[in-house]
Amino acid sequence: MAIYHDPSKPKHVADRVEIKTKVKDGASAEVPTTHDVTTTTPKEICGIGHRMKRKEDPRFIQGKGRYVDDFKLPGMLYMDIVRSPYAHAKILEIDASEALAMDGVLAVITGKDLEAHGLHWMPTLMSDTQMVLPTDKVVYYAQEVCAVIATDRYTAADAIEAVYVDYEPLKPVVSPFDALKDEVIVRDDKEIRTNRIWHWEVGDEAATDAIFDSATTVIKETMYIPRIHVSSIETCGMVANYNPATEKMQIYMTTQAPHAVRTVFALVTGLPEQKIQIISPDIGGGFGGKVPVYPGYVIGAVASLLIGKPVKWIEDRSENLQADSFARDYHLEAEMAADENGKIVGLRVNGLADHGCADSAANPSKFPAGLFSICTGSYDMKAAHVNFDAVYTNKPPGGVAYRCSFRVTEAVHMVERLTSMMAHELGVDPAAYRMNNFIKPEQFPYESPTGWEYDSGNYHAALEKAMEMIDYDGLRKEQLEKRERGELMGIGISSFTEVVGAGPAKDYDILGIKMFDSAEIRVHPTGKAIARFGTKSQGQGHETTYAQIIAEVLGIPALDIDIEEGDTDTAPYGLGTYASRSTPTAGAAAAMAARKIKAKARKIAAHLLEAHEDDLEWNVSQWQVKGSPDKAKTIQEIAFAAYTDHPDDLQAGLEATDYYNPPNLTFPFGSYICVVDIDKGTGEIHIRRFVAIDDCGNIINPLVVEGQVHGGLTMGLAPAMYEEIVYDENGQCLTGTLADYLVPTAVESPKWETGHTITPSPHHPIGAKGVGESPTVGAPPAIANAVVDAMWHLGVRHIDIPITPEKVWQALRDAGVTE
Amino acid sequence: MIPGKFDYYAPTSVDEAIDMLVTHGSEAKILAGGQSLIPAMRYRLAVPEVLIDINGLTDLNYLKQVNGHLAIGAMCREVDLEESDVVQSQYHLLADAAEVIADPLVRNQATVGGNIAHADPANDHPAVMLAYDATVVAKGPSGERTIPIDSFFTDLFESALSEQELLTEIRIPTPGANSGGAYVKLERKVGDYAIGAVAVQLTLAADGTVAAARIGLTNVYYMPMRATGAEAALIGQDPSDEAVLEAAGIAAAAECDPSADLRGSAAYKRDVIRTLAKRAITKAVERAR
Repeated sequence: MAIYHDPSKPKHVADRVEIKTKVKDGASAEVPTTHDVTTTTPKEICGIGHRMKRKEDPRFIQGKGRYVDDFKLPGMLYMDIVRSPYAHAKILEIDASEALAMDGVLAVITGKDLEAHGLHWMPTLMSDTQMVLPTDKVVYYAQEVCAVIATDRYTAADAIEAVYVDYEPLKPVVSPFDALKDEVIVRDDKEIRTNRIWHWEVGDEAATDAIFDSATTVIKETMYIPRIHVSSIETCGMVANYNPATEKMQIYMTTQAPHAVRTVFALVTGLPEQKIQIISPDIGGGFGGKVPVYPGYVIGAVASLLIGKPVKWIEDRSENLQADSFARDYHLEAEMAADENGKIVGLRVNGLADHGCADSAANPSKFPAGLFSICTGSYDMKAAHVNFDAVYTNKPPGGVAYRCSFRVTEAVHMVERLTSMMAHELGVDPAAYRMNNFIKPEQFPYESPTGWEYDSGNYHAALEKAMEMIDYDGLRKEQLEKRERGELMGIGISSFTEVVGAGPAKDYDILGIKMFDSAEIRVHPTGKAIARFGTKSQGQGHETTYAQIIAEVLGIPALDIDIEEGDTDTAPYGLGTYASRSTPTAGAAAAMAARKIKAKARKIAAHLLEAHEDDLEWNVSQWQVKGSPDKAKTIQEIAFAAYTDHPDDLQAGLEATDYYNPPNLTFPFGSYICVVDIDKGTGEIHIRRFVAIDDCGNIINPLVVEGQVHGGLTMGLAPAMYEEIVYDENGQCLTGTLADYLVPTAVESPKWETGHTITPSPHHPIGAKGVGESPTVGAPPAIANAVVDAMWHLGVRHIDIPITPEKVWQALRDAGVTE
Repeated sequence: MIPGKFDYYAPTSVDEAIDMLVTHGSEAKILAGGQSLIPAMRYRLAVPEVLIDINGLTDLNYLKQVNGHLAIGAMCREVDLEESDVVQSQYHLLADAAEVIADPLVRNQATVGGNIAHADPANDHPAVMLAYDATVVAKGPSGERTIPIDSFFTDLFESALSEQELLTEIRIPTPGANSGGAYVKLERKVGDYAIGAVAVQLTLAADGTVAAARIGLTNVYYMPMRATGAEAALIGQDPSDEAVLEAAGIAAAAECDPSADLRGSAAYKRDVIRTLAKRAITKAVERAR
């Protein structure tokens, strides 16, 4: 276990981490690409490929979902948190006497109180440490300073106003570039006085430098991938319910990774793990923001433990936006090289990661910059080198994902921007340029210069389909005509490659826990089934898609299969749902467990039919004697027999569990094309059309995939044009409400036009890949490329996201264009 | 997001409401649609000791054309403007604004009266009412009085209403022949305050020149403002002349004084006002013809 409790223990500073990501999985060569989703089961069974309506939706659309805040336990107390008004300050005194004198206030918990139990610090998912409550100084604006426990929510809110904290403000470090100077040190607790957290390199530096030295064309751009927040509709929250009689700690908690949280709680608090039950009920959106354990969770659990009563803590919107983990915040200096034929040959990236006051990224342990090294994207090139530093600043800790697989969004934005820039620079159409530089279908499985082995792909087919759907040639013609009239219209392309579905376990772990995932299926005597998983849906539709996978294998109607997740006392251990990993891991486990049941069912059928196993064949939902479909036993008949008439040499029951360790990640991809019109007077961007072709391998449920793509595209639009967490020079967050942090709504969203190609994963049991995050990863560069495409002829080369009207206006005015 | 303690009163008549205002004075806040007040209370930016909820004063919920003006009762909701045939056919400036105020959920609850009484320069109605030369009707312990809109707004969040007065009605003069109006707003997203917005109400002379014009600006000054310089640049001029439009736009940009914030720099907002003024004037002229 890579957990340590000693806050003074230094992290690996400036040591080079050798990362080997290469995976040999014996994948077969070329995988054919198709366009139509096919089914092998009738509608009544609803196996893979059916557009089944989501089983969970009736309760959600009737307001009958059950979220953490819906749980009200007898005698429940409420917690509210006093937060820091400074980004960096010494705490001189906390005077809680007035608050404690208020009717209904039971306790005020400070860092000193937690220190007595050794719980004032906690480990982060990246084996860094983070304060639960401060004892000496605060290191970010809105940091938890102390907590009030009261008998009702209103008293708790009044009481935090009556806690007086005396601060001595210190100079904050707001910019990561200032942090590098080490003039002000964010973390006094570390032995080494530096703001540097880690240094990380991947790829062959010498080979890359050589490629650049001999290149014909080199382009370079500085990009900032801004700090953003997932801002899920449901904020974070818990009900901690410690029962002194049973010594059991039951925690209702809106978490994407309940099992991992249980283990972390056990390690941090010292409570026996069997005495901890995490229940993650319905979740109102996670997107990566509900992977970490925030200080409020630890304080709430401690409060319940000490008081012996249930304690509820629900963040308000501003606490959520200001103090929970952010995503991204990468400063990139990126270069791309092309040879004399214009072919992309190399990529060189220098990055600076701003982690705030702790590295609490939710990456697999060995990957400090996540899977950023996927940055060569969909393009076949000779060499690449990525060089990263990470620093502490006086901002909230992070970063987590924002609906993306561990820093893939940052990588894709960079390479897709550079590819379009290179095409423009060389005077080649950006679509044609991509076609000429794509990894070819026959090159899969493809080994990338940074060590990845892409499982399957057909990038040409996806882009061709997108171009056809949007009438690319017609648009280019229209753009020329408009340009003649002085009108600004742009067409942007993004042909991204994603990397999702961690494990494999040998390379991927969270705090030492391997990144497999699990499924446990129980078929009841009447042929109905329940299946439980180590993942946890936050809106992804697991209750439907997992049931369809099992229905496909066993022929039990999907409606007869209940899916349960999120209760650590009942579900098999798993790593949770994030990074588009559920289908690649737990979805695979569902198929594998179902296959085990199917194999046992064959033995039972053979016994019932008095035939040899080898003489039986599977037909949708029954085992039948080969060539005699009338001599058959349905899965329901077999299930009944499993409990009433099973063969003597076979144990009773029809259940199976599978812990699936994927041999490789899956590499979904897609091509997006965006068309924008730009208002020269105001700088407004109007997205006229947006076509998205996604390839996530075999599609389990086209309706669910389309829903995921629509949501994902909107969450790609958000950082492209609206969202950014902004701090002033004192480190005060200026975007602490939804009036200031701009989350786009249906009004701002264009009409998404979606489509797909199907290139199955050769190593996944059902050929599927993850999809939930692809659109969020792929959409921003399509939009940014479209905006720049509209203004390239005016000399505009790059605009950082979010591309606001003001940034466009400034670029136009700089180019001498006005209305 | 949890408000402080307050006493709650729900009067059933205007006079009862005024009595309560007299009793509680500056400690009291009127609750109408609550779309500005409630968020302020939830953030404890406003901590009134007394809330006087006038949602029960249903006799103030009206929108009617009378005696040459449109009478908007204090409890008239924004959505009522959108759904009114009179507003849609005769009050184009108001109709434009009604569609772009906040979002539909807010407009279902928010009131026109509250929008004005809050005296927030970022709100849309102040500029609209300034352009219309509207009149505010207020009632207090000593009876009813009318306040011309030009003297209604006195400072940021400050109006000519006394602590003991209730805004009961807003009157908009019915536009005459050859009159037109328009509201053009730029916002970052639906529901956000304007980066800038321009309200124009004008009348054309027989020769096509501008006989009269009033222009209000949104969210580019510390209080609601009229762009009198832009008005002067228009009156007596031919509004189809690009130079005249540009002069009016430049005047509006010069006389506003926006502050830099997340919506943009002052320079950007000024230029937005220049552009939007030209567009609003052009649209108003089209409607006047």
